[in-house]
Amino acid sequence: MLKTAAVQAYEGAFNLLERPMLALQKLFGQSRVAWVFLLPNLVIFGLFTFLPIILNFVFATTGGDRIILADRPFVGTEHFASLLDCESYFDPNSCHRDLFWRAVGNTGWFVLMQVGFMILFSLITALILNRDIVLRGFFRAVFFYPVLLSPVVVALIWKWILQRNGVLNAGLEGAGFGTINWLLEADWAFFWVVFVSIWCNMGFYVLILLAGLQSIPSDVYEAAEMDGTPRWRQLWRITLPLLMPTMLVVMVLSVIRAVQAFDEIYVLTGGGPGSATTLLIQYIYDVGFSTRPRLYGLAAAASLLMAGVLFVLTIIQLAATRKQSGDN
Amino acid sequence: MFGWLIGRRGRHGFDLTDWMAFGFLGLGVFLMLGPVLWLVLSSFKTEAALQEYPPKFLPLAPIERMVEGFDQPLQMFTVTAGEHAGRELAQVRRIGLNAQMVDPANPSERLNVAISDREPLREFGIATENYTDVFSRFNFMLYFWNSTFITVVATILTVLFNSMAAFALAKYKFTGRNAVFVLIIATLMIPPTITLVPLFLVISEMGMVNSHWGVIWPAIATPTGVFLLRQYMLTIPDDLLDAARMDNASEWKVYWKIVLPLSAPALAVLVIFSVMWRWNEFLWPLIVLNRSEVFTLQLALNSFQGELQTSWSNLLAMTVLTLLPITIVFAFLQKYITQGIAQSGVK
Repeated sequence: MLKTAAVQAYEGAFNLLERPMLALQKLFGQSRVAWVFLLPNLVIFGLFTFLPIILNFVFATTGGDRIILADRPFVGTEHFASLLDCESYFDPNSCHRDLFWRAVGNTGWFVLMQVGFMILFSLITALILNRDIVLRGFFRAVFFYPVLLSPVVVALIWKWILQRNGVLNAGLEGAGFGTINWLLEADWAFFWVVFVSIWCNMGFYVLILLAGLQSIPSDVYEAAEMDGTPRWRQLWRITLPLLMPTMLVVMVLSVIRAVQAFDEIYVLTGGGPGSATTLLIQYIYDVGFSTRPRLYGLAAAASLLMAGVLFVLTIIQLAATRKQSGDN
Repeated sequence: MFGWLIGRRGRHGFDLTDWMAFGFLGLGVFLMLGPVLWLVLSSFKTEAALQEYPPKFLPLAPIERMVEGFDQPLQMFTVTAGEHAGRELAQVRRIGLNAQMVDPANPSERLNVAISDREPLREFGIATENYTDVFSRFNFMLYFWNSTFITVVATILTVLFNSMAAFALAKYKFTGRNAVFVLIIATLMIPPTITLVPLFLVISEMGMVNSHWGVIWPAIATPTGVFLLRQYMLTIPDDLLDAARMDNASEWKVYWKIVLPLSAPALAVLVIFSVMWRWNEFLWPLIVLNRSEVFTLQLALNSFQGELQTSWSNLLAMTVLTLLPITIVFAFLQKYITQGIAQSGVK
């Protein structure tokens, strides 16, 4: 029933579009018909990706709080100058835009911690799942499940656990420890932001690393076993070196993602307490969209600075991917 | 020292390394599923049970009873020690370490009981009203519909437009093909988070602020989708298309009747991704949609948790309802999703 309906819809869409497409094919001729197929995608790319990239530079060099370009006076590099105006880059208090530098510092720490521990845990999990273990499919699914949850749901799940009268505090008290207001103490809030972000992203990297591990031919291990190589040595000398290309891709990918972290953190802590968990994207969102006056120019300048960092990271990633496919 | 990580089963029977591996996995299962399970269990508790500290594992609600002479229902306790041991009393109020209690059968007499001498009476009570409230008071269906509309429309358009572009890039030779392909791949380097401000200008100039189309259109031309489908379509033999052309099939027919059906596995992967992306999307809708009647589920959840008046009981029920569709999809398509992601390396 459902299937026939789907087939009918598929046929219907074909019939609906056949005549105009045939007319376009005749109009353009066989050699240029490819452009007809490309057009919808290219128009959307142009409007919503390429045009905004160019406009970003216009916004970054104009001031005021109007979104319409004609109402925005040209200010040159003022926004960049104000963002970069610091006595010492390691002390946000000495900066003109201290919140920006706090966000930069937080993001730096966040990327370091989140990526470091996430890759470590993902690697251990992938190695264990790569054993001939029973229920492998089940375990893999369990680790992957949080990846599919929406960031808002993830944040609420943990907020419920971490709240003052939450189950974690109850458990700690039951075990004889004191309770902590987890999300209201700066250091703990940062810890949980990193933890939750690992929790909901790790499964993805487990999957990629597991695929990498399974592509290592088993006869390498059999040969090592024959030579009596101990297992820990197999790990250091065979598994990890052969996994290196996948690791590299995973690393760069997770760094690029971590730099842009926003959703689950925003819902979990709102960037607080104070600005303890405010990362770059939230700074851009706050400055450009949530507080008045809306400083679009400053937000655009900050995103361009971030784009520069991401650009370098992506180049590294592409190089790494190329190296990986070259090796195979 | 690290050998246990790559030990293999079956060689030495069930040895220490297996215990360590299963210990790790057991802990992993607890950490990954425990929080979700706790959410689901909590969502069935009454508001009174949710306020209780320390919380109980199962939805065991404290019993409350109306007692003559009192406006509010009073919580019931069983007295475990002291003068009134064994009786079931209702608590009027707490005074320091003592509780002033009353026997529902004899409401005029006040009794004093030490608080350590009594236990709350409980009954197994599933608070389904948490869920029904979400529908009646919080307009859940509206947000659910908004999310569904965006997800379905954006996914159909994504698959259609991306597959058309992929078809052109994979199956035609024309000048500028490589340039277009490189241009599309290059946009992988420009994550949407970077162009928030100018994209907002484009959307507001087109009058799509507070419109679902303002969320749908920018999301459609995914470079990932074009790349994924192009790579797959390259494996379809050209002879097949040429044979159809010999039979006078139009290019549209070649695309719709031959290439699309043959690309079904790759299309399925893109559909799954697109549904996941759109259903879970947060930052861009947060910027474009400001009025509550156009909110997606994620935005509604976020705004409810920000309001102080909102009770956890409704919020938890709503959270469970939001994660339900994705969970059901995952339960049925688990194998395809994990395979698709492992093969394509995108999320």
